Amino acid sequence: MNFEFSDDQKQLRDQARRFLAEKCPPKAVRAVLEGSAGYDKALWSGLAEMGFLGVAIPEEFGGTGAGHLELCVIAEEMGRALAPVPFSSTVYLAAEALMLAGSDAQKQKWLPKIASGEAIGTLALFEGPGNPSPQAIKVAAANGVLNGVKKPVADGAIADFAIIAARVGAGGRETDIALYLVDLKAGGIEAKTLTNLDPSRNQAELTFKDCKAELLGAANEGWSILSRVLDRAGVLMAFEQVGGADRALEMGRDYALDRIAFGRQIGSFQAIKHILADMYVAATLARSNCYYGAWALSTNAGELPEAAATARISATQAFQHCSKQNIQVHGGMGFTWEFDCHLYYRRSNALALSLGSLSYWEDQLIERMRKKNAA
Amino acid sequence: MNFDDTPEEAAFRAKAREWVQANAPKEYEAELSQASLGRITLKKGDMVEVGKAWQKKKSDAGWACLSWPKEYGGRGATPIEKVIWQQEEGVYGKLTQPFQIGEGMCGPTVMAFGSEDDKRRRLPKLASGEEIWCQLFSEPAGGSDVAGLRTRAERDGDDWIINGQKIWTSGAHYADWGLLITRTDPNVPKHKGLTMFFLDMKSKGVEVKPIKQANGMQEFNEVYFTDVRIPDSQRLGNVGDGWNVSLTTLMNERMSIGSRLATGFPEIFAFCSDLMTDDGLAIDDAAVRAKLADWAVKSSGLKYTAYRSLSALSRGERPGPENSIGKLVAGTMVQDIAAFAMDLQGAAGVITDPATAEAAGRFQAMWLGSPGMRIAGGTDEILRNIIAERVLGLPGDIRVDKDVPFNKIPTKGR
Repeated sequence: MNFEFSDDQKQLRDQARRFLAEKCPPKAVRAVLEGSAGYDKALWSGLAEMGFLGVAIPEEFGGTGAGHLELCVIAEEMGRALAPVPFSSTVYLAAEALMLAGSDAQKQKWLPKIASGEAIGTLALFEGPGNPSPQAIKVAAANGVLNGVKKPVADGAIADFAIIAARVGAGGRETDIALYLVDLKAGGIEAKTLTNLDPSRNQAELTFKDCKAELLGAANEGWSILSRVLDRAGVLMAFEQVGGADRALEMGRDYALDRIAFGRQIGSFQAIKHILADMYVAATLARSNCYYGAWALSTNAGELPEAAATARISATQAFQHCSKQNIQVHGGMGFTWEFDCHLYYRRSNALALSLGSLSYWEDQLIERMRKKNAA
Repeated sequence: MNFDDTPEEAAFRAKAREWVQANAPKEYEAELSQASLGRITLKKGDMVEVGKAWQKKKSDAGWACLSWPKEYGGRGATPIEKVIWQQEEGVYGKLTQPFQIGEGMCGPTVMAFGSEDDKRRRLPKLASGEEIWCQLFSEPAGGSDVAGLRTRAERDGDDWIINGQKIWTSGAHYADWGLLITRTDPNVPKHKGLTMFFLDMKSKGVEVKPIKQANGMQEFNEVYFTDVRIPDSQRLGNVGDGWNVSLTTLMNERMSIGSRLATGFPEIFAFCSDLMTDDGLAIDDAAVRAKLADWAVKSSGLKYTAYRSLSALSRGERPGPENSIGKLVAGTMVQDIAAFAMDLQGAAGVITDPATAEAAGRFQAMWLGSPGMRIAGGTDEILRNIIAERVLGLPGDIRVDKDVPFNKIPTKGR
């Protein structure tokens, strides 16, 4: 059994950690959180130079072609550092969708630009409250133009292109949904930034008015492509969440060692120890489930839908739990703007709500397990 | 990243599988498969006798106590080989219940601290199942605080005289030998006055009484010692060094108990998949799904955490601290799952008779027994302390009894 990342992959993780420790300290996250740029442009270029944006993109399309296990370890580090960049939107969603369903021309046009940091991409799926479902999609595609409103779209106001789930038929069935590729700089789109839980990441409303769009994949296969993209992104996002959970646990542990109250380190109180032990348990379960997801993702295993839901649920729980309890361990200081605890708290929920929320993935997991058992 | 055996592991697995196929007592397979929690009783045959026969057969063919050296009845196998063997032994591993404490705790302690003569006389018989061992540590006054134990050992020439009481001793009623920790000096702080022995459980003055548990079952014993004589030659380690000796034993306890953990998840998933409620199948209900999903990912998390540890073993490394979460997660899960299953049964959830109860009363039995899972082998709270202190590096609790002579420590709360 070799259920572990290789030495090379671990080295890559260390390299990414060192890079982000230098280029993405909490100060950099705060600059985006409190500013209006929407993302850290210098960090984004740096990530491109390091080859991190194209790690899962084949060499023929400008990437390094290393693979998805390599992307998993980088995703974890992005989460740990709370990197304020459109990494998940561009790399887990847009690039994955292009690689799964794009024509050669579409791949040639966008993948090299993703790898080089020249193009930010995203997926525009949601239209107000609700989880992924074909019935919820009202943005309509007809004669190569889109009309309607998507919100929230992660990184929508800073993206150069987007993949849009649109309705081509009337019935709200899976086969009525198609994916479209839109150059957001080409006109016909109005992007409005939305105030959101985690302002270190952009969220936007995109309004399409007779906006020219090209099909991505076959017109009746949009939903099936989307489902596969969400599973793949689910695993990658789970790694990002586990990275955040681990860092929140470390912050709590460090504070419990440093802080003295009642004449002793607060970490010597069982009430604090048990909080931290439970955080460790949640983070460990999530990490192990993520490894399972990574295996399924990198081998295109039939277990991917189940593994992705498992990793996603477990990592969502872990990051939410650890970021929330980290504040509790810190006490009053944890609730100040000055301490970094709230950055993790904010990010944990922003990530939890992206790609479909916890209850959506719980429902998916049980449905998938049931199908497997029935088969 | 893969789940495959190395070529050597695959060869070892094939050998183990072939032997189990050819030799396992298949007549008990179905019954053993269904038993998931607690002590197992067999309809046709006594668990201990059937277990002894299986253990002997394994021992004769070199499949007993795999990680022990050959000269003491083992196979000299690597840790990963031992795990592969356990996987291949499968449900028949449940038959080894009476020997697990001997293999995992008493044997390693004798191996580390016993004389060569004792090792050669006792260990092969433990490995072959001819002699069963029990562990005599817990006391009414020393549970989580094991070092607070009060059973006295007093020197009398070449012997020691033992007086006191142990509790929660699995298998004491059929054990041949016991590993016993005693207090030899109450005038020094508690960890310093302890000494370890092993003794013949048939010795004069040893009395074993079963404990009736809260769930009505009798799986453990109290053991009383009245002027029991143990020769000094059966002392393990130096006088006063019993605490260090016991750490060898307890380190092995958590490892071995964690190796075959039941969570109740397969049972609750199957139950909800079939249970028809007024609103349709239980599993179609969103609230049920949310709970099932939560348990599914915990159960899967434990499985893949174990796989990570196995991968470390496979590389010849020590598993990381991730191992320590198993029992903590599984204990609460079993309790919560059982309570939820009964809730789904409504008023009928109160019925325990297997003939009329839902799911043959298995969730009721699970629920009644589950508090014990959260206590035995380290309470949830002790396990959290261990994670916090040994894994996360937090400071130990401030101990008010640390430097106080044992006989000056208060014995009553009020």
